[in-house]
Amino acid sequence: MSQDEYRRDLLPGHADFQLPTPAPAQRVNGNRPIPEKPVEPAVAAPDVWDQRVADGLAFLRRRLSGAYEVDEFGFDPELTDAVFQPILKLLYRDWFRTEVLGIENVPSDGGGLVVGNHSGTIALDALMLTVAMRDKHPKQRHLRLLGADLVFRMPLMSELARAAGATVACNPDAERLMTSGQLVGVFPEGFKGIGKRFSERYKLQRFGRGGFVSAALRTGTPIVPVAIVGAEETYPILADLKPLARLLGVPYFPVTPTFPHLGPLGLVPLPSKWLIQFCPPIPTAHLTEFADDPLVVYNLADQVRETIQATLHELLEKRPDAFGP
Amino acid sequence: MVTSPPRVVVVTGVSRYIGARVAARLAADPRIDRVVGLDPHDPPAGLLGLLEGVERIRADARAATEAIAELDAEAVVHLAVTSVPDVQHGGRAAMKEQNVIGTMQVLAAAQGAPGLRKLVVRSSTAAYGASFRDPAVFTEDTEPRAVPRGPFARDILDIEGYVRGFRRRRSEVAATVLRFAPMISSTAETSLTRYFAQPVVPTVLGRDARLQFVHVEDALEILHRSVVEDHPGTFNVAGAGVLMLAQAVRRAGRVSLPLPESALSTGAALLRNLGVEQIGLDQIDLFVHGRVVDTSRLIREFDFTPRTTAEAFDEFIKAHVAGSTITADRLAAAEQAILDGIRRVRAAASPAPAGVAEPASVPAGHTSAGVRAGSDRS
Repeated sequence: MSQDEYRRDLLPGHADFQLPTPAPAQRVNGNRPIPEKPVEPAVAAPDVWDQRVADGLAFLRRRLSGAYEVDEFGFDPELTDAVFQPILKLLYRDWFRTEVLGIENVPSDGGGLVVGNHSGTIALDALMLTVAMRDKHPKQRHLRLLGADLVFRMPLMSELARAAGATVACNPDAERLMTSGQLVGVFPEGFKGIGKRFSERYKLQRFGRGGFVSAALRTGTPIVPVAIVGAEETYPILADLKPLARLLGVPYFPVTPTFPHLGPLGLVPLPSKWLIQFCPPIPTAHLTEFADDPLVVYNLADQVRETIQATLHELLEKRPDAFGP
Repeated sequence: MVTSPPRVVVVTGVSRYIGARVAARLAADPRIDRVVGLDPHDPPAGLLGLLEGVERIRADARAATEAIAELDAEAVVHLAVTSVPDVQHGGRAAMKEQNVIGTMQVLAAAQGAPGLRKLVVRSSTAAYGASFRDPAVFTEDTEPRAVPRGPFARDILDIEGYVRGFRRRRSEVAATVLRFAPMISSTAETSLTRYFAQPVVPTVLGRDARLQFVHVEDALEILHRSVVEDHPGTFNVAGAGVLMLAQAVRRAGRVSLPLPESALSTGAALLRNLGVEQIGLDQIDLFVHGRVVDTSRLIREFDFTPRTTAEAFDEFIKAHVAGSTITADRLAAAEQAILDGIRRVRAAASPAPAGVAEPASVPAGHTSAGVRAGSDRS
């Protein structure tokens, strides 16, 4: 072999020389560091719109004729996937640039109780968690949220919540969902979490009586703690107008940098950077007989709380700038 | 425990549809010697044909005491429970008299009957009340969280209270309490079927209740079995599955008219005073909160699965086509017309290659069956 022959395919300028192909651009959790190439127009390009129009009309017809299925909690999977999720996904991906870590800790089938920290004045973190689960979980699971009864008191809101898969936070419902193999999402801090001042951010509030733990113990469902960073900065609460809140019958009346003095504009969340970390599941199948033991329940609730608090600190170190990229 | 069917059965409330049907079914059962129907009112002419094999005693609840003891009844089926006040028969006062005082007296009579082995009481899922903190699905052990507003629901709580007292005092009698979801079928007429049969259906703005129905025939089967077999306890009776109120209205091809809850209450009260239509607080509570029950205990104990809610409602729809405006067939036809229109406009705009207009017919294809079915009918 001559030297020329040897070096032929290594030298630039040679006819057969090719630059090594770069690795394909990978999406990193909603971030798009490299602008994606537009999808090549398909061969049947004009048909895409025909298809969309036909699909849209078929969807409308199904909705108007009542030809859809709803489960016993009022969950409407078709409406959720076709309407709610795409809208929320815009917030999730483009506004909050959400990154999801540790999705492999969420069981791929069977029941599970996802327990998170609650913050952000209105419960956007719960909604983003459902989107994250649908978007990132390999089985695209639906997360069934447990909501405060205040949500179900409000007309319209109650029906939206039910259609999106939520139900009232009470043990019978939680146990029923978990025994039927659903993923249940719960925020034990409740209004104490979302109504706290900005100065208290990322400090977990009291976890109530740990009712969520006894529900998980009774059904032997694993508990998956999840830490959500980013929701605190969406509507930072500077003050809480308690008398006004009492007058309106709500748990708190927030004053944020934009609300209420900017009016409806104050409802736009600040574009903070979100990180969602799922922690390793805590098995409970071996503790079923301790569901009524207050000490076991309390200790387990405390363990979940500590895990979430520690993970929050880790995540905050990963995210030095709340409004960074 | 399997015991022989009772020889003498007393059925109360035979002047009403369910009572008459149950009495007729029991009378047709060869294992039962004697079926006696008790009712203070004469049954309407339409039900008389059903009651041929039934001995009828026209007696109010007080006189019933003697009847039950004299007849040496082995089973009492208490169906004289009214869900809606009947203006012709004394309105709400008479309804309460019949539901609460009537039950009290029937149970007192039953308690005094030495040969009694079985008691079957018709109750309703209204027993769970209506509260925003309620679980989504009621099991038989769920306690109501608040005293309900509706008169019928309050009567039901009273009735079940009397049955609890009866069970304590006569623990050897197999007492069955059946909590029925609203009954529906192609022929039965209740306030709820009249409601869904209207061309425009008023609903509560911002609320979409989860509803369950039970088919009348399945309800009768359960009642019959609880008389001839032994099933002590309390059972939810409903069809599996859930229909949302708006969904049910749409499936029935009706137009819903959402009104604020206060307006609906006021309107209903006005109409009630005029004696026109009977939408009470019971119905409004149902439409605000919805009501779904767990029927696994019923299915396990009776080894019988009622028709699903959707199937029962479908039968109702088929019998009430008149009055529907937005039917599935018409929607499918409209969809097809729009798609055809788009295709025609596009074909006219660009004399494109032949392949363009073709694929549009593929998604539309599955609707054309519906269109054909619609045109066949007309």
